[in-house]
Amino acid sequence: MRRGLLVRSGAWAMATLLAGAAAQAQKNTADGIAEYRKMLEDGNPADLFEAKGEALWKQKRGPKNASLESCDLGKGPGVVKGAFVELPRYFADTAKVQDLESRLVSCMQALQGFDGAAIAGTPFGRGEQDNVTALATYVAAASRGLRFSLPQGHPEERRLYEVGKRVFYFRGGPYDFSCASCHGEDGKRIRLQDLPNLTKNPGDGVGFAAWPAYRVSNGQMWGMQLRLNDCYRQQRFPYPGFGSEVTVALGVYMGVNAKGAESIAPAIKR
Amino acid sequence: MADPMRIRAQAQGDKAVVRVLMSHEMETGQRKDSAGKTIPAWFIQEVTASLNGSPVLTAQWGTAVSKNPFMQFTIRGAKAGDKVSVSWVDNRGDKRTDEATVA
Amino acid sequence: MHTIQLPAVPALVVTACGIIGCASMPSSSELDQQARAAIKASFRDQGIAKVDRLNQDLGQRACSGPTPPSPEVAQRIEADALAGIRWPESGRYLGDWREGEKLAQNGRGLTWTDTSAAPRDNGASCYNCHQIDKKEISFGTIGPSLWNYGKLRGVRDPGDAAAAPILQYTWGKLWNSKAYAACSNMPRFGHMQLLDEDQLRHLMALLLDPKSPVNQ
Repeated sequence: MRRGLLVRSGAWAMATLLAGAAAQAQKNTADGIAEYRKMLEDGNPADLFEAKGEALWKQKRGPKNASLESCDLGKGPGVVKGAFVELPRYFADTAKVQDLESRLVSCMQALQGFDGAAIAGTPFGRGEQDNVTALATYVAAASRGLRFSLPQGHPEERRLYEVGKRVFYFRGGPYDFSCASCHGEDGKRIRLQDLPNLTKNPGDGVGFAAWPAYRVSNGQMWGMQLRLNDCYRQQRFPYPGFGSEVTVALGVYMGVNAKGAESIAPAIKR
Repeated sequence: MADPMRIRAQAQGDKAVVRVLMSHEMETGQRKDSAGKTIPAWFIQEVTASLNGSPVLTAQWGTAVSKNPFMQFTIRGAKAGDKVSVSWVDNRGDKRTDEATVA
Repeated sequence: MHTIQLPAVPALVVTACGIIGCASMPSSSELDQQARAAIKASFRDQGIAKVDRLNQDLGQRACSGPTPPSPEVAQRIEADALAGIRWPESGRYLGDWREGEKLAQNGRGLTWTDTSAAPRDNGASCYNCHQIDKKEISFGTIGPSLWNYGKLRGVRDPGDAAAAPILQYTWGKLWNSKAYAACSNMPRFGHMQLLDEDQLRHLMALLLDPKSPVNQ
């Protein structure tokens, strides 16, 4: 009797194992990558950059020995929560549309006395540029779960959306690539990397809604400026200036298209 | 001093789940820079954790642990308000200690 | 006596302006110019990637938008492209498919982190967009699958006269993809000097050699 029971439970265990194996074989690559990302979610090293950014926001620094706590990110001086999902937007004090990173640099200059042009000219990952990334991660984290709602009430905001759309479709370089070459259609991928269609809302936590992000493959924290920079590098274009009009215009175009999408920034990427 | 760790400690019944995110380059010593020179090994060798001053965990790490390591462990008998301290020492002798209170 | 002050007319126009496409927005061609100016001002040289890469030819310019160019413009682009194709020396179309596979896997070349612009230092990046050999699971879907490329087109003997049109089309497509589709997403490997003739022959072999794994 006992042996029969053992055999039966053995068979059942075997059947479960086989069923499990079959299910594994059917799982496609996209699901596999999603599962890997889920496993990494807890302990996203972006948290380290968020913590560093929060400290930098509050710390008195620079020639003026002041903190960034009165920096206006679009919702009033010092208001951090909700600011990320409304950027880029127009700022009256600088009389232009700015994205998160260029706005942070403006505040570092105006409030703390840093040289904004020098920071913009510093390569990613070095010096104050590294601090801008940490600050951007902190600001983005404060809007996690909120939905994108970029303002389009100012003529400059509307103009830059239209400029951004034209920039998105601009074909050039030895490969004839534009942003649209990879991001202009649904359901495409490059190698095994799914490509969001950025000419419209690609959904929650995708595309514009997924950066800044920590990239596990190179252990680096990337804001949207670096993401666009590397896109242009792979498009075989020349180098886009940090905070340049092209990069801000693309942010307006993608951000407005992503209206209603939930931000998961700072996210984690392979 | 190295960048701070992020420690979260959550009470769950008679245990506490501790999650630690450490900031460290964890160079294996196998990589080469763009000039072809080997980047020297630089990695956390020992991790210790204690509860209210008493050691509860010791770990010996090597180059298999990747950059910005994440570690999770459970301490039996920990309750809300207890102090959890985590320390690491790397192969250069750099160290870092951070604390958190069990929530 | 009480006079009623009317708000100035321009202010009225501005405050009423809350939707895209109102009077204060520049015209479409003005916006085109502004975009071009923004592009000119936003980029700088870096490594081998110079700003002259932003100078557009007719095809690039005509295909820079969500809608395709008119049929007349498209035909002109295709005709120009076809006329500019350089056919292989001594009519030899095929090289070594093993070298072709290596080229197809190699995504390097011509970025500002690459040190040389010489074709021999470039890859063809084919797997970024295409499935080619079924054994390779890491392939893109921006372009169609090229699995069994030669086999599906009935190429059993590349030396046979019957195979000539396919060989010519494939070479032409690799040399200048726009010869067959004005706004093709595929780079112009010969025309833009991304690859040399030997490299193109290796890719031809990958696709058309009956012994290539692609045609098994």
